[in-house]
Amino acid sequence: MANDKTSMQLISRGILSENPIFKLALSMCPAVGISTTVINGLMLGVAVLFVQVFSSVTISLFKNKIHPRIRIPTYTLTIATWVTVIDLALAAYLPDAYARMGIFVKLIVAFAIITMRLEMFACKESVNDSFWDGLGMGLGFMVGMVVIGFVRELLGSGAIFGYDVLGFKPLLFFILPSAGFFVVGLMMAFFNWIELAYKRTKGKI
Amino acid sequence: MHRILTYWTAALLFILAPVCLHAADFVSEQRFGDENEIILTYPAAIDKTVAQNPARYTVFEEADPDIRLEIQKIDVSDDGRKVSLLFKESLNTAKTHVVSVRGDDGREIEGIQVKKSYLGYLLSILISALLVNNFVFTKYLGLCVFFGTSKRKTTAKGMGVVFTIVMVVSALMSWFFYQFILIPYDLNFLQIVVFIGLVSLTVQAVDTILRKVNPILFNSFGVFLVLVIANCVIIAVPLIMASNNYNFAETFMLSLGAGGGFLLALYLMSSVRERLDLANIPPTFKGLPIAFIVAGQFAMAFLGFSGLQLF
Repeated sequence: MANDKTSMQLISRGILSENPIFKLALSMCPAVGISTTVINGLMLGVAVLFVQVFSSVTISLFKNKIHPRIRIPTYTLTIATWVTVIDLALAAYLPDAYARMGIFVKLIVAFAIITMRLEMFACKESVNDSFWDGLGMGLGFMVGMVVIGFVRELLGSGAIFGYDVLGFKPLLFFILPSAGFFVVGLMMAFFNWIELAYKRTKGKI
Repeated sequence: MHRILTYWTAALLFILAPVCLHAADFVSEQRFGDENEIILTYPAAIDKTVAQNPARYTVFEEADPDIRLEIQKIDVSDDGRKVSLLFKESLNTAKTHVVSVRGDDGREIEGIQVKKSYLGYLLSILISALLVNNFVFTKYLGLCVFFGTSKRKTTAKGMGVVFTIVMVVSALMSWFFYQFILIPYDLNFLQIVVFIGLVSLTVQAVDTILRKVNPILFNSFGVFLVLVIANCVIIAVPLIMASNNYNFAETFMLSLGAGGGFLLALYLMSSVRERLDLANIPPTFKGLPIAFIVAGQFAMAFLGFSGLQLF
């Protein structure tokens, strides 16, 4: 089954038209839970990117060997293996960041987005395309996390990457854990608004 | 015959002697007061100045006797029977504390154990998982399924019940594997792989059993089973169990509380969303955005449970 998209198209699809967080609304837990700063979002984004790319490539490599009836358990175990790798690596080399992210690194194993990409893409397409698709989806997730983290950190503590840029704290509320729901909800509404406005100018509505 | 009776009496006296001694001249009741307080009750009034001498008391947690807890202040009640020890730092009331008091004559009375009742402790784990640390609203887990299946009340109830059953079974199985295979063979790094495998196995088993035993129930609940696998709450419970080193009863309470909390959250959310369908919402907020805002308000409401301590 040939794939007619180029690598760049695959990446841009993951970031824009099928963004895991804002468009597909999958893997919301970390987006709400730990996106209080840009660094946290970036770190978890990198971890997810790693797991997504390597799982996609692994499944794509072995796609002819996997019996269709046991494909879901196979995906789960593949993902679990790569999550263990990144979990141990982070715990060893970046213990501070690992402590901040807490249980969420281990929970990457249950992220619906990764299983979904394996089921819909990697088990049918070539290794090369699966790599780019995984990269696109992982980047899309990372961008989503960083954007939410950016908004929350800027509004909540007036800082970016831990550096004070505003000099005051506009809305301390945004750094509270429960504000994650509000930020994600408002941003989704914002993207919907842009889309509606765009369609209206084109005269489609 | 007579001699045997004498031996028995002597043995009985020997066994009971320490108990009687303790009861006669010592603390009749000991319990935790506030978060930094231990209250000792004496059978008779004792001298205030003696009781208020901090050098008489040594207090430590049973697990590490080397770390002595520092006493800040000692209050004696007016009738002289109640002594409350106030500590500099708040105590971890889930652990057993040992208090030793030196008497006036220099004798030391060792090891009065102060602990909460175990049942109360188990119930506090349950309440904590259910309300204080609700997995959806304060730990932000399981959100995909939470937003996906909270559109109708009936769906929400079905999902919550299936979820609780699978969670309890898989958590208990994970506990067995963790205690008897992963720890003895030093395979802790395989945690994630083993736990996710067990969860998938449980879901598959419940699916097969339910299909055979009760087809009607399967028809109404079966669809949710697939969703359970892709949920982070279900894998979070074994991971929390492993990191806290819970025993069997504690694991059971944690999983029951987590499942019940998820059911509660789904039911609350579905009640609101059924009404949202009738409300006049701006087009940009229709669907998920407004659901997120509602969930945010629930999360803020659940903040009110923090610090709740019933037992």
